[in-house]
Amino acid sequence: MHNEKQPLFHLARRDEMPKSKVWMIRAASFLAALLIGAALFGVLGKNPFEAYGTIITGSLAKPSAIRQTVKIAIPLLGTSLALAPCFGMRYWNIGAEGQITAGALAATYFALHFGKTWPHPVILIVMALAACLFGGLWAAIPAFFKARYNTNETLFTLMMNYIIIGVVKWLQGGPWEGKPGSQIIPMFPDNAMLPKVLGVHCGWIIILLLTVFMYFYLTKMKHGYEIAVIGDSVNTARYAGMNVGRIVIRTVFFSGAICGLVGYLVTCGANGTLYDSVAAGVGFTAITVAWLAQLNPFAMIAISMLLAVLSKGAGTLQTRMEVPASVSDILTGVILFSMLACEFFINYKIIFRGQHNDDGPRGFAPEDGKKPVKDAFASNGKEGGR
Amino acid sequence: MGASNSIEFKNITKRFGRKVANENISFSLNKGEILSLLGENGSGKTTLMNMLAGIYYPDEGEILINGEPVQIRSPKDAFRYNIGMVHQHFKLVDLFTAAENIALGEKGRLDRSRIAAKIREISSKYGFIIDPDKKVYEMSVSEKQTVEIVKVLYRGADVLILDEPTAVLTPQEIGHLFTVLRAMKADGKSIIIITHKLNEVMEISDEVAVLNHGSFIGKVRTSDTDPQKLTEMMVGHKVALEIRRPMPKDPKPRIVVNDLTVRNHEGVNKAHHISFTAYSGEILGIAGIAGSGQKELLEAIAGLQVITAGSIQYLPDGKKPMELVGKTPMQIRQAGVSLAFVPEDRLGMGLVGSMGMSGNMLLRTWRRGKGIFVDEKISRDLAEHIREELDVSTPDIMYPVRRLSGGNVQKVLVGREIASAPSVLMSAYAVRGLDINTSYTIYNLMTEQKEKGVAVLYVGEDLDVLLELCDRILVLCDGHVSGIVDARTSNKNEIGLLMTTIGGQQPSGSVPAGQKSGKEEQQDA
Repeated sequence: MHNEKQPLFHLARRDEMPKSKVWMIRAASFLAALLIGAALFGVLGKNPFEAYGTIITGSLAKPSAIRQTVKIAIPLLGTSLALAPCFGMRYWNIGAEGQITAGALAATYFALHFGKTWPHPVILIVMALAACLFGGLWAAIPAFFKARYNTNETLFTLMMNYIIIGVVKWLQGGPWEGKPGSQIIPMFPDNAMLPKVLGVHCGWIIILLLTVFMYFYLTKMKHGYEIAVIGDSVNTARYAGMNVGRIVIRTVFFSGAICGLVGYLVTCGANGTLYDSVAAGVGFTAITVAWLAQLNPFAMIAISMLLAVLSKGAGTLQTRMEVPASVSDILTGVILFSMLACEFFINYKIIFRGQHNDDGPRGFAPEDGKKPVKDAFASNGKEGGR
Repeated sequence: MGASNSIEFKNITKRFGRKVANENISFSLNKGEILSLLGENGSGKTTLMNMLAGIYYPDEGEILINGEPVQIRSPKDAFRYNIGMVHQHFKLVDLFTAAENIALGEKGRLDRSRIAAKIREISSKYGFIIDPDKKVYEMSVSEKQTVEIVKVLYRGADVLILDEPTAVLTPQEIGHLFTVLRAMKADGKSIIIITHKLNEVMEISDEVAVLNHGSFIGKVRTSDTDPQKLTEMMVGHKVALEIRRPMPKDPKPRIVVNDLTVRNHEGVNKAHHISFTAYSGEILGIAGIAGSGQKELLEAIAGLQVITAGSIQYLPDGKKPMELVGKTPMQIRQAGVSLAFVPEDRLGMGLVGSMGMSGNMLLRTWRRGKGIFVDEKISRDLAEHIREELDVSTPDIMYPVRRLSGGNVQKVLVGREIASAPSVLMSAYAVRGLDINTSYTIYNLMTEQKEKGVAVLYVGEDLDVLLELCDRILVLCDGHVSGIVDARTSNKNEIGLLMTTIGGQQPSGSVPAGQKSGKEEQQDA
């Protein structure tokens, strides 16, 4: 009945799936990634079980290891949170790297000049405010041009990264240089360092509070509503009487301010000084985290932790099993890839020759399978008509 | 049906997720005949034809050509079987000439003189008016359509599929298109026209195949049927096709537009020196070829356009007159001027597709919440109210409106605007994509508003409906007011002429229908 001319397979769009099935597909793709990773370890002549075990124990088995892992997760989570309102508005801010650096720079100015003289709480608060302000302003520059002249924010924000990193490089070798010729900015005095809570700088509390705040900001507040409407349709936003340009600038400023805060936490919480690679790629990794979490702040916690575990575990893997750290990077890549790819299988199904598309009508499902954000105004997920 | 079958569909089924677009469809098309594929929007006409044209691949069933089962996997395959489709949304390269577009995709060297000769041959054979060297961006809609049709003929199509070819044309242009189609039929070509306009079905086709909700209802000879019977097949039950039109009660000027010129976002003037008055208790229809400035005019009144000159006076009951030019959209809405604007993509302006009914109600009330939080209660109550009042079919008021059917989306939009008790209600293409029943629901809502003393501005596409629904009709032509006619005494022909020529006078040189006309003609007349 099926002659040979029929194509081997074709794609059919799925409509909705029950949430449980969606999560099963996600789990399956994660498992597939682990299997590919296992094969990778196998090729290198290492026992995959031992390797995965080492990653887990290396990052989570001891309190000191957990502290290290959390320290990696803090900036990642903070930056993903910062990007959520931008991406919700479909403003592609890929300048988080630079905004983190800008925040760190502003904080460092106060730490170096007033770190010894001002009282501990005052200096920390002033540093935080300065970091937020400068990070926000740095982000607002491209936003202003976007709102005013409709420039391309993707390129603009990217370029802004290089400028601010260049500025830090200059400060490192020039005005702020410690020992002449060292190219290093001196360490902050202890007075300008964040206190520790449970062995990790108190930034983790700030970021967790911010996570909760961001959830309410995006789903319950007027600002969040405006962001969701603009993300869906700028024309509708104008029609509803929203001042789109002002909202864009305000939101991006807010986003940049959080990035700046992350820069502050990294300098006076972890590093104790400023150098040009202070953001260390977090601004880019956070883009993936934000998308994987579909902009849900709580999902961002899990994904940032997962990436932190892989990153911390990679170090242990290198020392204990002599597996190069780059292998762990490949593993991270494979996991991220398969998690993004599985969205395709959630949206489409493949029908092979001779198979029937038996996804018959079942009536309405009250919930929307693709959206983990409950009661949110909008999903922000990319879905379109046929 | 014997050996004269040219194309046969056999048990075709196509699904999109849970939505069944076509279910078990079987019928055939005779060689050398014109078949109308009739059905309401969303009944699966275009999906079915896309499978014949190689855009989609059927989930089940097969297509037979001259009795042989074939596999059409791509538009290229379709052309191998001499099938060509003219899509509703033209697929042309704006910067290319007609000839370049027609020859696009041909292998080998671009031999302009040979291409031009072949185009001329096709044009003269069937009576097309086409200039091979004209760039697409300089063309009117009907010229672009001509290019599309010539393109498929150029590639040797014997079976032509036309998706809603008349939707964008004036009555005069439709007449010309039908002449061409008859010439092609006489030449032995088979033609399928997708449409939902009954009078056209009766005029042009030999046979009519009717779809309803993705299922095949039946096929009849056009000579054996009439519009009433076809409507019943299409809708599935009897419908009364009548629009109530009470006389306006106590009309008073409500909106006075004077010498209004509007510039669009590209800096081009889209409306020129427009003057008219809209009265309370009256439906003022606005007619014109697509893109003649209807959208810009309504948006200008709503405060969404750059106005370069002119004034818009708003005269509310018992309050002092107000100048709307220079006010923000918010101020205009608060004054009671409501725009239930339904743009071409329906969700692009006015609704937020990814939100539910509740989130969409918030578009009107989002500022009312206390402090920094939105008040979801107001919008939820309003959503529930509209859902009940207008019988919106949605599983939940949180269910994304993008996933609702077109009719329900429209009800959400119009319902929200009416709920704000406006004194001016503007609506564009309010029934586009709606089934007949819902269309009449919307017409009645408009009439109810009119009876409440609201000034209704209604931009419509279907001239028959405009003539039945409105009290007066303003006709736009290329951004100018071409004329304002009394809908009770005017006719389609008069409006059609006004749509193509300012003032409605054909100059002595007789410009073919669809060509742009300038101001000079008005002065000539």
